Amino acid sequence: MRRTPIEPILWSLFSAGGMLSALFIPVLLFILVLAPALGWLPAPGYAQLTSLLSHPLARLFLIALCALALVHAAHRFRYTLYDGLQIKHLNELVNILCYGGALAGSVWAIFLLFTRVAEPRL
Amino acid sequence: MTSHSGYTLHHPQWLRRRVSTWWWLSRWRYFKFILREITSVFVAAAVVLLLLYVAALRRGPDALIAFQSWLSRPPILAASAVVFFFTLIHSITWFNLAPKAMKVRLGNIPVPPALIAAGHYFAWLVISLALAWIILTGG
Repeated sequence: MRRTPIEPILWSLFSAGGMLSALFIPVLLFILVLAPALGWLPAPGYAQLTSLLSHPLARLFLIALCALALVHAAHRFRYTLYDGLQIKHLNELVNILCYGGALAGSVWAIFLLFTRVAEPRL
Repeated sequence: MTSHSGYTLHHPQWLRRRVSTWWWLSRWRYFKFILREITSVFVAAAVVLLLLYVAALRRGPDALIAFQSWLSRPPILAASAVVFFFTLIHSITWFNLAPKAMKVRLGNIPVPPALIAAGHYFAWLVISLALAWIILTGG
């Protein structure tokens, strides 16, 4: 693969995203999604979750987690396609879809966590 | 080869053999590598799941309850269980590789790889317990 100056930056974002997602995503999925759905834990209530997210640092952290995890996934998946499926001829399209997807997801996270809905809910 | 390499009667034979797209199915080691790499898809899916959660929360209490009951429908539950399983594989393989990525020295003594991995697992445990406590008790 051709070396570009942006590559080292992508690798460090990959690392940061890999570490954050390894440390934080399983417990978030378990507490918020899996355990309540299985009836192992009560589902967290609306008031509780909004009060947690009312703290700007909590929202900032969640945005950083989502954005970096997405960049990590995009970068890793790009190389999986490159090594695994050997689709080198579609390299540019793969790059655009992977990093474009990560960018879109990050913008979505920022929109969700840093814009207000019509009624003051969050 | 330069343009002066001269005339050869026959075309040199290629040494490269075409590798099958499914090369990683031939050995367990290779399969494990792809299994580790493919966790990226599920990390992305986990982020989407979390963002859908926040989106439901934004829409108000009723939307949150509707979303939570959607999560307990069997197909969605099965899918999120698969996502959770792969995020666990991501965490475990990530922490196991950490000692290879970082060489830590205390003074002149190199920290043993097992200790670096253990430190990561310990951090994982502490963070998981702390986050669970914060979410379940509301901080």
